Amino acid sequence: MTNNFDATTFIEVKNLSKTFDQFLANDSISIDIKKGEIHALLGENGAGKSTLVKCLYGVVKPTDGQILINGKHVTINSPREARSYGIGMVFQHFSLFPALTVSENILISLDEKITKKHLEDKISITAKQWGLPIEPTKKVLDLSVGEQQRVEIIRCLLQNPKLLIMDEPTSVLSPQEINQLFKVLRKLANSGCSILYISHKLNEIKQIASKVTILRSGKVISSTSTSKISTTSMAEKMIGKKVKKITKISKNSFLNSPPAISINNLNRKKLSQFGTELKKISFNVKYGEILGIAGVAGNGQVELMNALSGETLGDPDEIIFEDKKIGNTNIKFRRSLGLEFVPEERNGHATVPEITLTENTFLTFYNTYSKNNNFLDDILLSSNMSSNDTISIINDNDVRCPYSNPLADQLSGGNLQKFIVGRSLKANPKVLIISQPTWGVDIGAASEIRSKLLLLAKAGKAIILISQDLDEIYEISNNICVINNGSLSKPKITSKISAKDIGILMGIN
Amino acid sequence: MENLLITILLTSIPILLAGLGELVTEKSGVLNLGVEGMMLCGAVAALGSVLIFGNPYIGILFGAIAGILISTVFSFFTITLMTNQVATGLGLTIFATALTGLIGEPFVGKTAASLPKLEIIFLSDIPYLGKILFSNDILVYFAIFLIFFIHFGFQNTKIGIIIRAVGDNHDSAHSIGYSVKLVRWISTSFGGMCAGMGGAYIPLALTPHWSEGMTAGKGWIALALVVFASWMPIRLLIGALIFGGITILQFVAQARGWDVPSQFLNMLPYLATILALALISFKLRHNNYAPACLGKHFLGNK
Repeated sequence: MTNNFDATTFIEVKNLSKTFDQFLANDSISIDIKKGEIHALLGENGAGKSTLVKCLYGVVKPTDGQILINGKHVTINSPREARSYGIGMVFQHFSLFPALTVSENILISLDEKITKKHLEDKISITAKQWGLPIEPTKKVLDLSVGEQQRVEIIRCLLQNPKLLIMDEPTSVLSPQEINQLFKVLRKLANSGCSILYISHKLNEIKQIASKVTILRSGKVISSTSTSKISTTSMAEKMIGKKVKKITKISKNSFLNSPPAISINNLNRKKLSQFGTELKKISFNVKYGEILGIAGVAGNGQVELMNALSGETLGDPDEIIFEDKKIGNTNIKFRRSLGLEFVPEERNGHATVPEITLTENTFLTFYNTYSKNNNFLDDILLSSNMSSNDTISIINDNDVRCPYSNPLADQLSGGNLQKFIVGRSLKANPKVLIISQPTWGVDIGAASEIRSKLLLLAKAGKAIILISQDLDEIYEISNNICVINNGSLSKPKITSKISAKDIGILMGIN
Repeated sequence: MENLLITILLTSIPILLAGLGELVTEKSGVLNLGVEGMMLCGAVAALGSVLIFGNPYIGILFGAIAGILISTVFSFFTITLMTNQVATGLGLTIFATALTGLIGEPFVGKTAASLPKLEIIFLSDIPYLGKILFSNDILVYFAIFLIFFIHFGFQNTKIGIIIRAVGDNHDSAHSIGYSVKLVRWISTSFGGMCAGMGGAYIPLALTPHWSEGMTAGKGWIALALVVFASWMPIRLLIGALIFGGITILQFVAQARGWDVPSQFLNMLPYLATILALALISFKLRHNNYAPACLGKHFLGNK
């Protein structure tokens, strides 16, 4: 049926469904995108956003439903076909090849025949035209994340797209880079290119998109103009219930409390070609304080976490806990003093994915399970204690399991993270060092995790929060510092540092 | 002196050819440890076909085909059935050693015709250099050509860049619409072809008799050379010449009557391989040239 075709519409999706085995990822989704419109697609993890755009880009074949482009029925069988219809896509996890140069990366995704030299000129021209500076002969592994994203965008632009799909484009960018990106997107939209903007950041959607479609459990919940909907009601529609407000602790209650941990001139060499060297990192945290460490990914966060947890060792006085010099002690010893660590990588670092939650708990606490030093207790797995602990972690932290005592990798990201944070709290830490606690976690779980952290600080414990999510840092930390290329800025009181200042400290203009 | 240099060049040709093939295979992300086995297949097929047809060029053809066929077995197991690449590669060599021993049985004691030398007009008249470089058999020219062909192909052709891309990040290559498995099949077959030709060169130019396991570890040296060359074709030539030189050293020593046990000299090429790998692994830890997906399975769209 093309008789009610609207000439201002570029692409129209009608009743699109996609099932994986028994699971209905997209349930009869209809959406239409006008020419030159910035259309946001909002939803939690697992709401079906990725599946929908994969159908549009030809990576996944829909089970049912129709796609119309300029009023004509089309089937999109491959990314190549999608590109031939003028659909370009910038992936969340970039689909770039680190060992190849910028121009080589672009060359292999172009369908036209062109020499490398000619393409390099073309890239420079396009880069200038859209304000996306890039060096075509550089290898991608030498580029910053923001530059890598530019490569992806230029790759799409060279194909003169009619629709550009952007999957969570700002999750890896600094505030300044986000502004730059938005400028480019607006320019693109003005030139007539439609943009499908996938995100779960409500403020951004308000700022950039003119229309928003909200997905939940594979269904379209609402599709309206962004001027007619508040961020609060967007959030509620997205998660299907009211969002809990987090109350921050009174600001300076910790000022007179004793220092918990201090880091003095901590240096670490980089471990691999892609690593970052830590240079003279110094800071201290008092009991009751939450120190937020902001920064764009890949600026030394992983190395800092490893140094703090004891995965990499240094001089004894680099790290002082209360009055003990622990810079050269291992993880086990640090944990026995009351330090707890939650690394960034949930699957494989914070937990062993292929074993059950009980077994994961056992691995964490087996020391405390055999205090009486009975030889048999030391070697025999005391499953009672670990399963009791696991059950209490699950209950205290609202961890939703698909079945009783599942394998760690059977939990969704948010639930696994709640379990991991809960497990650390179970250890009654004096100092909690936590990295990217809500990365890829849905809003509901994220707010629960943050309120747990605030409660912990209220109870007089110290927290070091390493996060890429600026909103999160502002929301719960008392002091903020920024890590950039392995150096740490001086901590500033949260209310006295603006997002712009942080962007400057991130080293991006 | 001239003769010595020519011998070094000729000795290095089998490892050079096999190494170039393996380099392409590994660039696409497949680690085929069956080089030794593929070379043996090439050798026995070349020798057999020359004995039957009498033409050494037919030998090259059959050697190449045998290499491709046996590499197809490897591709089927590792790329399609997704078996472990290391185990499959080792298995392939063990299998091929026995198989070629069986096939080669009737050829024992027979002598095959060697590849004729082709002198390139004018160039072969250059003093010294002409003899060494321009009056060789066709596979020498082919191997030298192949170095530059592969180097140029990886830098400047789309198919070359696609092979590198697949070896670097197969998920991305898939997401922009390339068939990772097909690219790997082709690259592995190319590696098989080169290994087959490298194997064929041994009976066709170096020792014209069949003996079981006649490649004598050249396939393993070729594998080590790829790492030694940090996956760069031109460095592979340098490496192959060094190993050729070390192999020849034992003959020189014998001829000159040096007082060194022959076992020690026999050991040298392999010792050099181990040393080269050890030295390089120190360097590699900080400067990793290896294709990022080397040896990893591509599971497709989960």
